Amino acid sequence: MSAVPDTRALSRRAFLGVSLSAAGGLLLALRSGAAGQETAAAGEALGAFIRIEPDGRIVIGARGCEIGQGVKTSLPMLIAEELDVPWPAVTVEQLPYGLVAARDPPGFTSLYGPQGAGGSTNIPDGWHDLRLAGARARWLLIQTAARVWETPPDRLTTREAHVVHPDGRTLGYAELAPRAAKLDLPAADLPLKARSEYRIIGQPTRVVDARDIVTGVAAYGIDAAIPSALTALIARCPYFDGEVASVDEAQARRVPGVRQVVRIPGPRPGAPLDRNLAAGVAVLADDFWSARKGREALRITWTRPSGAADSSAALERRATAALAASAKIARRDGNPDEARNAAARVVEAVYVMPLLAHATMEPPNALIDLKPKSALLIASLQSPGGASQMIHAMTGVARTDIEIRLPRVGGGFGRRLQNDFVAEAVLVAQAAGTPVKVMWTREDDLQNDFYRPFGLHQLRASLDAQGRLTSWAHRVAATPRKYRAAGMEDAADWVGCVDPDGFPAGCVASYLAEFVPVDFSIPRGWWRAPLPTFCAFAVESFLDEVALAAGTDPLTLRLDLLGAPRELPYRDHGGPTLHTGRLGGVLDSAAGAIGYGRKLPAGRGIGLASHFTHGGYVAHALEVAVSQAGALEVVRCVCAADVGEIVNPLGLEAQMMGATLDGLSTALELEITVRDGRIEQSNFPDYRLLRMGAAPDVEVHLLPSGFPPSGAGEMGIPSVAPALANAIFAATGQRIRRLPVGDQLKSPARAS
Amino acid sequence: MAIDFTLNQRPVRYDGDPAMPLLWYLRDHARLTGTKFGCGIGYCGACTVHLDGAATRSCVVPMSAVGGRRVTTIEGLASDGRLHPVQQAWIEEDVAQCGYCQAGQIMAAVDLITRTPAPSDADIATLTNLCRCGTYPRIRRAIRRAAAQLNRTRR
Ligand code: FES
Ligand code: FES
Repeated sequence: MSAVPDTRALSRRAFLGVSLSAAGGLLLALRSGAAGQETAAAGEALGAFIRIEPDGRIVIGARGCEIGQGVKTSLPMLIAEELDVPWPAVTVEQLPYGLVAARDPPGFTSLYGPQGAGGSTNIPDGWHDLRLAGARARWLLIQTAARVWETPPDRLTTREAHVVHPDGRTLGYAELAPRAAKLDLPAADLPLKARSEYRIIGQPTRVVDARDIVTGVAAYGIDAAIPSALTALIARCPYFDGEVASVDEAQARRVPGVRQVVRIPGPRPGAPLDRNLAAGVAVLADDFWSARKGREALRITWTRPSGAADSSAALERRATAALAASAKIARRDGNPDEARNAAARVVEAVYVMPLLAHATMEPPNALIDLKPKSALLIASLQSPGGASQMIHAMTGVARTDIEIRLPRVGGGFGRRLQNDFVAEAVLVAQAAGTPVKVMWTREDDLQNDFYRPFGLHQLRASLDAQGRLTSWAHRVAATPRKYRAAGMEDAADWVGCVDPDGFPAGCVASYLAEFVPVDFSIPRGWWRAPLPTFCAFAVESFLDEVALAAGTDPLTLRLDLLGAPRELPYRDHGGPTLHTGRLGGVLDSAAGAIGYGRKLPAGRGIGLASHFTHGGYVAHALEVAVSQAGALEVVRCVCAADVGEIVNPLGLEAQMMGATLDGLSTALELEITVRDGRIEQSNFPDYRLLRMGAAPDVEVHLLPSGFPPSGAGEMGIPSVAPALANAIFAATGQRIRRLPVGDQLKSPARAS
Repeated sequence: MAIDFTLNQRPVRYDGDPAMPLLWYLRDHARLTGTKFGCGIGYCGACTVHLDGAATRSCVVPMSAVGGRRVTTIEGLASDGRLHPVQQAWIEEDVAQCGYCQAGQIMAAVDLITRTPAPSDADIATLTNLCRCGTYPRIRRAIRRAAAQLNRTRR
C-alpha cells in the first residue's frame, strides 16, 4: 500500500496540475476553482486528488477531519461517482492538511479545499468541487483513450473504470493513467451526472475504516507516537485566569520515568482565549503512567482571581435579574407592544439552559515535534487550519513547513474547533526542548472546556379573542458565546444565543427577538448545532404551551403558522432562506410515523418538535411513559429528516440516530455547574451520558427532497429535547422548563 | 519482581511498576493502541479487554494482578486474519461512527455472547460501555446478528 504523497513535494508538483505520484501511479491534483477558506489572498484553490495505481487500484484522498460524521466515506464517494469507478475498487487514504504558498497575490491557498469539521459543511462544500474533481480526471482518461484509438472523445463513454469505444472495445483506467498524466487539465467546468445516472451517490455505503476500527488498528490522535516524544500531563489552575502561586516539584522529579517539569503560562486576564486555557505545570515522562504519578506528586498553590467566588447559582440570579434589564434588539417585526396591549390572552414562560461540556470520548491530546524551521503535529482535530495558524503564530515556523496529519478523531461535537490543547503542546515543547505528546485525562477534559453557554429564555405570546397568535417575543439572557473569542469583535454578541430568523419569525405579524448579555468568566464555545440546540428547547416547548392556551392541537398550530410552502429570509448559518414547506414536511412525516393523535393509556404521551438547523430540516416525535413514581421511559422515538440530496443513506441514518441519542442523553442528565469558581463535575459518574439500557431505537425517516445537500452531523439534535418535554407534558401534565430533566419528574412538583 | 502473563496468545514478561494499570502497559509499552482510554476509573468501558476470557476494564487492573493470566485485546480477537463473528457483525451493521468506543464495545459484546448465547434486549442492556456518538441501536442489532450467526455455526 503506497503512502500518502508527501505534502511538500506535492505542493510543488501540484502547480503543474498533473504529475506522477511517488508510487509511480497517476496523481491528478485537480484545481477545484473554489477558493479555500485559508486564502489570505484570492489565490486559486486546488482540489481533491485521485491516484490510479498500475494494479488498477483507485486511490482517493479524503480531505476532511473524520470525527465520526462519516466524511472519510462520503466525500470520496462524490469523487468516485464522477470518476465512474466501482466503489469496491476504491481505496480511501486520509490526506494531511494541505497548504501551498500562492505567489500572486502572496498568501496561502489550500491544496485540497476546506478540511475543517464545523457547521456540518463538508458535504455542501464538497458537493460541487469534489464531483468536479472526479469529472476532470475522467475527462483526462477519455482524452487519452481518444488519442490511442484516434476517435473523437465525444464518442467515448466510461463504465466501471474503463473507457468504452462505440464498437465495444475498452481501455482500463490503469492502462491509460500514465499518458493521461501528461495532459493539461480542462479549464472550463465540466458537465456533471444527472441524478438518474448515479451509481454511488445515494447507495448505502459502509464506513471505509470499519475493518480497521473493529480490529483495533485504526489510528486516532491519542495513538500517535514518535520515538523521541515524551508524554506530558499538565496540572492546570482550576480557577479561570488564575496563576501558579508556588510549586514544589521535588517529589514529582523523583518519580521514576519523570524527565522534566516545566511551567506554562495561561492567557492574560481579559485577553482573547486564542491559545491555551489555563496556567499550569507540565510533567514530562517516558509514559502516561509516570507522567500521571509525577503530576500527582506536585505541590502547587494557585492564585484566586475574582472569578474564584462565582457560582452557577449566582449566575442564574444575575441572569434572572438581567431578564428585566434593557435588551438589545436582534429583530423586531410589527408592533409587539401594541399586540400585547390588545391581546385577549398572554402566555409567558421562562426556560433554563445549562452549561454543557463536550466530553468527546477521546479526550484532547496533541503530539508535536518542533524543529527550528519545521513542525509536525499529529492530533485529533476539527480545525487543522486554525492549528496551523496557531503553531505559526507561536513558533514563527512558516505555515508551509508545518506538517499536520489528520488521524481519525474520537468525537468532535465542536470541542476541537478550539486548539487550546495544541497550544499547550507547543508551550510544553518549547519549554522542555523536546518533542512531546500532551495527554488529557477525563477530569482535565470536563474541567477545562469551552462550555456551551448558559441562558434563560423568556417567551411571551399574545393571543386574540379567537385564540390566534398575534405576537411572539423571545428574550434571551445568556453568557455570550463570543466571550473573549478571538476574531469575534465584529459579530453581534447574541451570535450563538439568539436565533432572530428562526421559526416562527416571519410567521407572526408582531415578533421580537432580544438579548441581554450576562457576565461570567468561564470560557464558552461551540457545542453541536450551537445556536439551534440552545434555542429549540425553549421555542418548541413554548409552541406547545401556546397551543394549549389557544385550545389548538400543537401540530395544527405549527402547520398553520408555517402556512403555504415558501422561503423566508434566514441570515444565520444555513441560510439565506428557510423553506416553510420543508419544515412542515418533516413534521408531517414524524407525526404520521408515530401515529400522532392516537389514543394512549394513562401515563403515556406523544410530543413533537422540529427545527431548521444549518440548512437542514428535522422533526422528532417521541412517545414516553411516565410511571406514578416518576420513572421515564422513551417508548418510541421517530426522527424525520430532509437534508436535501442524500449522499450515503446508511451514514445519514447513523448521524440521525446518533444525534437523536445525543439530544436525549443531554436533555435527560447533562449539566455542568460551577461552585467557588471551579467546575464541579470531574468524570463520567457526575456527567452521566446515556447508556445502552436507556437508549431507545430510533426510527429514522429520510425525506428525499432533491434540494442540494445541507450536511447532516448536527441537524438531528435540536428538536429532541423539546419533543421529549412535550411528550412528558402530554403524559403527565407536567411542563419541563429547565434542562436537564434530571429528577424533576420525581419531585413534589409532579403533584401540582 | 517480574510479572509473566500471556498477551494475545504470546508469553510476555513485565518488570516495571506493578501499580501501572494494564491499559497503560498495553498502550505505552506493548504499543497495542486499539484498547482506548476514556475515563481511567473503570466507568466507560473504552479500555475493555479480556482477562482469562472475561471482559475487564483494563484502566483499573494493576499489572500486579495480571501475573499468570491470559490477556486478550481487540488486536488479538481475530484468529489467522479471520474476524470474530462479532467483529464481522459490527462491519455488516455499520456500527462505528467515530469508532473510539468500539473496541471496548466489541470486547464486552463477545463476553456477553459467550456467557449468554442468545442475549435478549434486557441482557444487552446490562452492557454499560459508553458511546458518545450514540451507536447503541446498531450495537444491539450487531449483537443479535452475531449471536444468530454463532448459534447457526454451533448447530
Ligand atoms: S478508560 Fe477504563 S473504563 Fe473508562
Ligand atoms: S462511536 Fe464514537 S464514542 Fe462510540
